[in-house]
This record gives sequence, structure tokens and C-alpha cells, in this order.
Amino acid sequence: MNWGIFTASFEGMKSRGSDLQRRIRGLRRRLTLLLAVIGPGLITSNVDNDAGGISVYTQAGAQYGYALLWSLIPMTIALYVTEEMCARMGVVTGKGLSDLIREEFGFRPTFFVMVTGFFVDLANVVAEFAGVAAAMQIFHVSKYVAVPIAAILVWILVLRGTYRQVEVIFLFACVLYLSYLFSAVLAKPDWLLAAEHTVVPNLRLDSGYLIMLTGLVGTTIAPWQFFYLQASFVEKKVGPRQYPQARADVLFGSISCMVIVFFIIVATAATLYVSGHRDITDAAQAAQALFPLAGKGAGILFAFGLLNASLFAASILPLSTAHVICEGLGFEAGIDHKFGEARIFYSLYTLLIVVGAAVVLLPGAPLWKILIFSQVGNGIWLPVVVIFILLLVNRRDLMGEYVNTLTFNIVAWVTAIAMIALTLVLTYTALFQRSAPPGT
Amino acid sequence: MELYATELMGAKTYDAQGHYVGRVREFFIEPAEAPNRVSHFLLSRGHFQPLVAKHNQVASVAVGKMQLNVGERALELYAPNESWLAVQKDLLDQQIIDTRGRKVVRVNDVDLTELRSNGNVELRLTQVDVGLPGAVRRLLQGVVPPKVIRKLQSKLPQRAIRWEFVNLVEPDPLRRVKLRITHEKLEDLHPADLADIVEDLSASERQSIIASLDEETAAAVLGELDARLTTQIVEDLGPEKAADILEEMAPDAAADLLADLSRETSEELLDEMPGQEADEVRELLEFDPATAGGMMNPDFIFVGETSTREEVLEWMREQELNFDQLDTIVLLDSGAQYSGAVPIARLLLAPSEQRMAELKLEPLLSLPPTADDKEVFELFDKYNLRMLTVVDKENRPIGAITVDDVVSRLVKK
Repeated sequence: MNWGIFTASFEGMKSRGSDLQRRIRGLRRRLTLLLAVIGPGLITSNVDNDAGGISVYTQAGAQYGYALLWSLIPMTIALYVTEEMCARMGVVTGKGLSDLIREEFGFRPTFFVMVTGFFVDLANVVAEFAGVAAAMQIFHVSKYVAVPIAAILVWILVLRGTYRQVEVIFLFACVLYLSYLFSAVLAKPDWLLAAEHTVVPNLRLDSGYLIMLTGLVGTTIAPWQFFYLQASFVEKKVGPRQYPQARADVLFGSISCMVIVFFIIVATAATLYVSGHRDITDAAQAAQALFPLAGKGAGILFAFGLLNASLFAASILPLSTAHVICEGLGFEAGIDHKFGEARIFYSLYTLLIVVGAAVVLLPGAPLWKILIFSQVGNGIWLPVVVIFILLLVNRRDLMGEYVNTLTFNIVAWVTAIAMIALTLVLTYTALFQRSAPPGT
Repeated sequence: MELYATELMGAKTYDAQGHYVGRVREFFIEPAEAPNRVSHFLLSRGHFQPLVAKHNQVASVAVGKMQLNVGERALELYAPNESWLAVQKDLLDQQIIDTRGRKVVRVNDVDLTELRSNGNVELRLTQVDVGLPGAVRRLLQGVVPPKVIRKLQSKLPQRAIRWEFVNLVEPDPLRRVKLRITHEKLEDLHPADLADIVEDLSASERQSIIASLDEETAAAVLGELDARLTTQIVEDLGPEKAADILEEMAPDAAADLLADLSRETSEELLDEMPGQEADEVRELLEFDPATAGGMMNPDFIFVGETSTREEVLEWMREQELNFDQLDTIVLLDSGAQYSGAVPIARLLLAPSEQRMAELKLEPLLSLPPTADDKEVFELFDKYNLRMLTVVDKENRPIGAITVDDVVSRLVKK
């Protein structure tokens, strides 16, 4: 009788995998490696182009034509430099930004960062739902229908999805930003002039121009995005070995974000600025004005872009905020947990969405004031967060060989100081100027 | 009396003569001496060098105040010591593993209890606070009078972990030895729970835990982890240790893991493994992961179809069998070809003289290694299988796919 533990002998089966197959497998492996990492950077940067952002870009294009396009290149650098530091921290330490602040600076600083964050983000969420309402009004849908539906959609998306599914949807939303590209093409701009203004700086010293410039920077770089970016890399379990891919993701994200801004400004410059509609105050008005100027298609695409951006940011902001707070206070967080496992996380998330949407629906709600508060809040919160980031990323005991190099530090501090100065100016104008500041 | 670390931090300290010495800035436990006794207090004195008070030099402790039983001159100057666990720096705000609740939590505060003996008070660490009371204390200490805080916190729900169930996470292996941190308690957890814990930690902490587990547990944990994490961990472990762990894994799991690594790394690991195991894994690696060959485990039990139940049982008792393989037995005919499969349940109920061939499942099912995974899923679904045999061209069994392989593939999809 022949029994025994059979250890397979595969004669005649061996080395079927030819050389070609192996090479294809290698290529596939490298591609999967990149795809496995890509996402956080792309999503974070694109979600910067939210309702408030698009309003500012629209105004920039309408009031100054192509003249502000040159600021996009330095802004891309600033965005990349700051985001890269967070990505690096997430990848190297495997910990979120609020985790690190808690471990290195203690309970109280963390608590205050998070409480501020909660209220600032809540104001931002209101702004996003206001964006949804404005965009849907162009399609003749009442805000009393549009906003509740949007809120429920956003809530369900995250509650029912896994990280992977949600990320795929977010990446798809990034692609939808391309509607601004088509909108710009339909507006038949002077591409040569636009290109020239992009590379040749055009600094004017009148106050309106400078305020617009600070508005651009202030809305593009928001403090909450750093928490979100770092947390996504952590939740995605990207390790130090995949740092090059993570960096590529952040770089690609920063550039694609600015390319979209470019198209928004070009679209409005070619139409509103040229035809003299220069007193546009928000994106919805711009979309409306585009109908007669560049045709129905351009206007619809523009409004659709605003809707997409608002919805996109409205789903990420509450998520990021709930994440930050739970992480810092030591509660279970993350959408891979079930409701019962991460009760506080989901409660905060729900609260932000419900309150955010409800405020927009309140008759006679002081939306304008809330928008200003969100901008001022971002402005006050940003310096604190950026300084925490710079202190942490220079800690050798945390970062090991991945600490900032001297050159990078110089670039980072200059960027940080410039950004802080500009946001403080913006905060000042938002608080003390009688007229509405950009983005409101 | 109970005292919290937060209430002790910053406490004004007086010596036996009643002179002010300094404030408590940190206190330490020396795990090598006593696992929960506060052994040293760091007293800061402004511009002067800080002093250290030992546990036997303390006369009494109260919220915000500490009394020594010796004069200031008896105190030594502070010198950092790697084998002391610093409560503020190493414990507060850090993540620990709650071995009883099987998860990673963050420390808000530390609870201490007094142990009095003649003229001396020792503090013992009883539990770590991971709930709201600790958080409130941290936030309000020094802002609101301690009595108010105590009253407030008594109304909040408690969440604390007894010190003996706390497993510290220390990435530095040398320090871990000095602090007597072991992961023995973790080895008693189910590998799936341990895998969840490990996923919650940072990369270096993860690495330190896997590296300090015994190979069998480490292999089981790796088998439960997300593929992205396993590749990171294996790449960082170093080939020798990694190969030792791979050896303990089922060949199909090891092959899945190696397939995700770069070619050079996986070759290096295979070279470190003993010849037979390495060959098994190498052969499995030749198959596309999305085929029957990529899913199967080459270790399975087979017996001749003419043997009786009693003979089979007796033989199996003598072998060192892995329970995972013990679900279904493969039958061979006299030509060493696949002739059927017998589930253990049937074997259990059969009379002892029954021939194996009479117990086999109908219809006779098998797949070639090249069959794609969809076919595998369909067969499992249609016939409610627990195991399916994979055969080569000559109809000889070369491996078996079990239902857990199918479930984990389906979950990944």
C-alpha cells in the first residue's frame, strides 16, 4: 500500500513560464506598485479646488484676465513642498499628523489644534454645501432638494464603502475636474497670451490685485489637507520603500491641481474679462455669464465642475476632520472600521455633514459671515499646523535619514513664511475690509 | 490613596527639614528591579542641575506636593538611564497594546497607588487610563482646582487597563531588553487578533513585534496580514529571519507572499530556506496566482483506496499532521492515479473495516493546475466543497485547494 504525505513532484510542469511571461509579470508588478501608492496626493491636491477655491479663481480670471497666471508656478512649488513633508512623515513614521503632534507635544496642544480644526472645518463644510446649492441652482434645482440629497449621498458613500472603494470614487471625481479643460477650450481663449502670462511674472502694486493674489494662495493651501494627506498614506499602509512612488503621487497631484486652476482662470479670462463682466463674485454667477458668451456647453461644464468640486470636498472634509480628532484623542478611526468599532468617529462625521448641510438650508442663514469665518479660521490655523509640520519633519529620532536636508529646509521655511504672511494678509482683509474679500 | 501621574507632575518637593527642593518633572520605573514600582523621581531646580529622589527617600505624596524623608544633600544628581521607563516620555500619549482587549490604545494618564511602610511611601503603577477621565485631567490640570477635576471625572465613564495587561511597544531592540519588554503575552493571542494589532502600529513598531515573536507565531500573523504589509515586513526582516518564518508558513501562503516581492529578494529568501520546502514553494511560484495551481497547497494527505478506515486512522495518529490538511483525504488507485476524496466526517462515522474507496465523494472532481480561479469558485459553490484536488496530465494529484483558500481569494476580489 502506498500512502504517505505527498509532496508534489511537478515533472513536466516546470519552467513553463517563459522569459516573456516573466518580463510581463515584472512590468505588471511595477505598475501595481505605483498604482498601489497613487491616490492620496492626487486626491488631496485636487480637493483644494473646492467651492471657495473655484470662486476665487473665477474672480481672478474675470477681474484680471490672464495677469495672475504667473502665480500658479510658485504656488505649485509651495503646494508640493508642504505636502511632500506630510507624505514623507506619514510614509516613514506610519503615523498620522495628529498622532505625531500628540506624541511629541502632549495632550493640550493636540486638543486645541483639534478643537480649532473642528470649527474651521465645519465652516468649510458649510461653504461646500453652499457650493452644491449654487451649482444646482444653475440647473434649476432648488437647494432644499439638492443639499439634503448631496448630504445623504456623501454620508452613505463613506459609511458603506471601504477605503479602496471610496478612493476609487474620489479618483474618479479628480478626473471630472477635466470639465474645466473643455470649458476653457470652448471659451476660445488666446492660448499664446495665456502661456506668456504663465511664465512671465506680472506683479502689480494696486491693492485689489494683491488681495486677489493672497486669496489665490489662501484658498489653495488649506491646513486640513495636510492631516488628510498624511492620514491617507498611513491608512493605505505605504511604507518607506514606496516613498518614491508617494512623492511622485504628491508631485503629480500638485501639478494637476494647478493645471485645473489654469483652465478655470483661462476660461473666465477669455470670456468674462474680455467682454467686461468683471464684477463677478462667485462661481455660479460666472457659469451663468458663460451661457451667452461661450455657449451653453461651456456654462454647463463650468457649473458641473463646481458641483463636482463641492461634493468632492464635502465628502473629504468631514471625513478628514473626524479622522484627525479621533486619532489625536485615541479613538478608533478610519472607514475600514465598522460603525460599532469606531462610534465617535462616525458620530463626528455625521454631525459635520448634518450641521454643514442644515446651515445652508436655514432661511436667512448668515452664509457670507460663515464663509469669512472659514477663511479667517484657515488663516489662523495654517501657521500653527505648518510650524508643527516643520518641527516634526526635522526630528531625527522620528524621521531617521528622511529628515529635511538643509536646502529643503530653506525652501520649506521660505514657503511657510510666505504662505503664513499671505494668509495673515488675507485674514486681515477678510476681517477688516468692508467689501467682500475674494472667495466669498 | 490613589493618585494620577498628571497630579504628581509638577509637584513641589520638600526635604526632611522642610526646605523646598524642586518640582517633580518626570518619574521612572525600573522594570529590572520591580515591574510596577516608581523607582526614581526627577526633581528640576530651575538653573541648577536636576536631582533624583529614590523610592525609599519619599515620606509622603499628595496632589501637587511631595515630602522627602532625607535632606537635600542625600539626593543624587540626575543622569539619564536607558533601563528606566520614563512615565511622561515613554508612556503618556504613547500607544500601547491592551493584551486583554486585543487592541492598540493611547495612554491618557497613569493611575498610581500608595504603599506605606514605616516613614516611607512607595508608589505602584496600577493601571493606565485610556478613557475620558484621563483626558479631562490632562486638559484641566493646573487650570482648575484638583478637587473639581476629581469630582468631574467621577461622573465620566472609566476606561482603564490593568498594568499587567499592558504591552509596551518599543522599536529599539536594545532598549526593549533593558526595559524587560517581552511579547510573550502577544504570542497567546489568536494570530488574526495579533495581525489586527500589528496593522494599527507604525512600521518600525510593527517590525519590532514581528521580529521578536517566535517563528511559528510570526508566520501565522504574516498569513493574516494585508499583502502590502507582509512584503514590507519581509523585506525589512533580513533574509535569514524571513526565511525562518517562511519555512513555518504553508507553502501556498509562502508562495503568495514571495510572488509580491521583487525577483531578487524572493530568490534570496528561497536560497535561505531548506531545499525541500524551497522546491515546493518554487514550483508553486511557477503558476499564475489566479489559477488552481496558484491557489493549491502541495501538502495534503493521500492513501491507497483499498486501505480500511482503521488502517488509515492508525497511520494518521503516528504522523505529525497539520490540522489544516486534515479535512479531506485523497485516494489513489493502484496506478498512483487520483481516484477520489474522502471527507474526515465520513471517515469518522464509518465502521472500522470499511474500505476507503466506498467512502469517497461522488462525483469524482478534480481540476488541472492551469484552470482559472473562476472555475474553482464555481465548483466549490456548486458541490459545496470543502476541498478540491488538483491533478496533473497523468491524473496524479499534485495539490489541494481548501475552502479557506477560496474564501480569502474571494474576499480579496
